Amino acid sequence: MLQKTGEKYLKEGVLPHMWCSGCGIGVMLGALLRSFEELGYAKNEVVVVTGIGCTGKADDYLVTNALHTTHGRALAFATGIKAVRPELKIVALMGDGDSVTIGGNHFIHAARRNIDVTAIVNNNFNYGMTGGQASGTTPGGKLSSTTLYGNPEDDFDISALACTAGANYVARTTIAHGWEMQQLIKEALTKKGFSLVEVLSPCPTNYGKRNKMGEPLDMLRWLRKNCVPSDAYAKLGEAEKEGSFIIGKLCERDKPDFNTRYAEIQEKAMSV
Amino acid sequence: MSKVERKVRLIQGNEAIAAGAVYAGAGFYAGYPITPSSEIMNDAARLMPRVGGIFVQMEDEIGSIAAVVGASLGGAKAFTATSGPGFSLMQENLGVAVMGEVPCVLINVQRSGPSTGLATKPGQADIMQVRWGRHGDQTIIALCPGSVPECFLLTVKAFNLSEKFRVPVVLVTDEVIAHARQNFAIPEPGEIPLVERKSPAGPPEKYRPFDAEEDGVAPLAAYGGEYVFHISSSMHGPDGYSNNNPDNAIWRIKQLHEKIEMHRDEIVMTNTYDTDDMDVLLVACGATTGASRAAALEARRNGIRAGVLHLVTIWPFPDREVKELAGRVKKVVVPEMNYAGQVAGEVQKVIGPDTELTRVNKYNGQIITPRDILEVL
Ligand SMILES: Cc1ncc(C[n+]2csc(CCOP(=O)(O)OP(=O)(O)O)c2C)c(N)n1
Ligand code: SF4
Repeated sequence: MLQKTGEKYLKEGVLPHMWCSGCGIGVMLGALLRSFEELGYAKNEVVVVTGIGCTGKADDYLVTNALHTTHGRALAFATGIKAVRPELKIVALMGDGDSVTIGGNHFIHAARRNIDVTAIVNNNFNYGMTGGQASGTTPGGKLSSTTLYGNPEDDFDISALACTAGANYVARTTIAHGWEMQQLIKEALTKKGFSLVEVLSPCPTNYGKRNKMGEPLDMLRWLRKNCVPSDAYAKLGEAEKEGSFIIGKLCERDKPDFNTRYAEIQEKAMSV
Repeated sequence: MSKVERKVRLIQGNEAIAAGAVYAGAGFYAGYPITPSSEIMNDAARLMPRVGGIFVQMEDEIGSIAAVVGASLGGAKAFTATSGPGFSLMQENLGVAVMGEVPCVLINVQRSGPSTGLATKPGQADIMQVRWGRHGDQTIIALCPGSVPECFLLTVKAFNLSEKFRVPVVLVTDEVIAHARQNFAIPEPGEIPLVERKSPAGPPEKYRPFDAEEDGVAPLAAYGGEYVFHISSSMHGPDGYSNNNPDNAIWRIKQLHEKIEMHRDEIVMTNTYDTDDMDVLLVACGATTGASRAAALEARRNGIRAGVLHLVTIWPFPDREVKELAGRVKKVVVPEMNYAGQVAGEVQKVIGPDTELTRVNKYNGQIITPRDILEVL
């Protein structure tokens, strides 16, 4: 079987892309586009909604429908599209700052509302685009351009947040786990209701450099070593658990999505 | 006499707006409750599902206007309503609607500020925010109903203008008009023509969402049809993709303004009352319209020939209309419910710094009465 490349969703003549070498965003985008192709999505049945940040630049490379919005608000825009076009596949591509820091309110409410949107979050533990400031996902003690002496605050667990808020599907993966990442993205895309794939991803230019994580390749090794499936995680000692991440599918439910429930509301309203 | 027996009933300003939106074909409302606009939201919640539309109570006003823009790009006529604090929160994403040329209607029921202010009391201090509240070079349309029937009619008009010119339209009302009740018969379907955005017609691979036609406006497809397209809040070329070229920015900014300027006479609407023989001109909008008319009538009884210009369109500002009428009188009076004289400032700009202008400003959260105005006549 021919390998799917996802190239048919890529705009011609825009490569090389703007991301730094060793950045994870392109790898994540590649997995998303291959997923589109494997699922046989037509360009016009997909809307990619982006926020602002290095991750938010992704729509510039795509020939699907796209809406490039404001910092933190991609999910709210996506909600409006999905509400009136239930048949479309809506993907919100966001950074960690976008999705759970400035946009945290929309994030939890999109999950609670169970709107049938797939959120793909590139979690690189800091604000890449604006020069590596701390984000809501920068772990306590870590360095960034605004936590020069160590972060006095703790980080959000993005996946746990989505799961608690009511998402139908939540998975965490990393760009160092290419095949798994793609399988999880595909699962999220086909899952009805709010789905999240949190993709841990290196920002060697900012977060990696400040926290002395070495070359881009070292950051990949770090991801491979510190991100483990839940059974392996359970076997880790308490000290090892600190700074490690569980990857794989983390939460799954089958609650009816917003559109399904709203169709019932319409029926009721029309009958009174 | 009209063949249709219309049912006249007592209707509230906010209620008339929601009814107007349904009449205009709105299929989506997203909002967050705030006094004195909440009745619009409550009505939208009741009415949208009945007409096959969708209502979403969003987590805040930032998300509300975002969802409205998203729904509009999905092909629905979409609207939201808010007041002061919520209107402030909406500014950034209202800018997306300007930049992306996304039709939508936003109702701002003005209340007394600043900040939380007198939350249930009227004000007219958002006139400038409506025009300039968003950062960057941008322009919008704003309409300002002076009565309950106008709440309905101008809501329909707001949707029509928004669809036609691919621009957000703000309906600026105030607590007085919002909660006033007047007799009104909702027009029959078809009585008021409805405007739909231009759809693209050419081959899908050639479609570019910002290729303006001769009328200054580009056709807008809806997500999910055969036309695949990009809409961006970032500076973009005719194809909707990011574009950092300085010449492109010039083209873009000019186009956003020119499509409104080109159609200025169609957009700018005013009403005049007793202006033919007047010596004194009252310039009014929203709640001051009724008070001004009552004051003018009373003044006439006292031998002062006063007339009223109601600025139905507040942005773009009816400069020519103001200038023409102001040029005929000895005295121009601008009553408004704010301290700074936001409307008066615009009027002054039009009539020049040397022509005297009489201002009536009330900012205690109470409505301007005919008596307040009569005092200066
Ligand atoms: C309202 C607003 N505030 C601030 C910014 C500036 N800004 C642009 S991108 C960004 C952070 C991006 O970080 P993240 O979302 O994590 O994405 P990344 O660049 O790491 O992919 C900020 C703060 C903005 N564009 N809008
Ligand atoms: S700054 Fe970081 S997130 Fe942005 S492109 Fe470079 S490596 Fe990627």
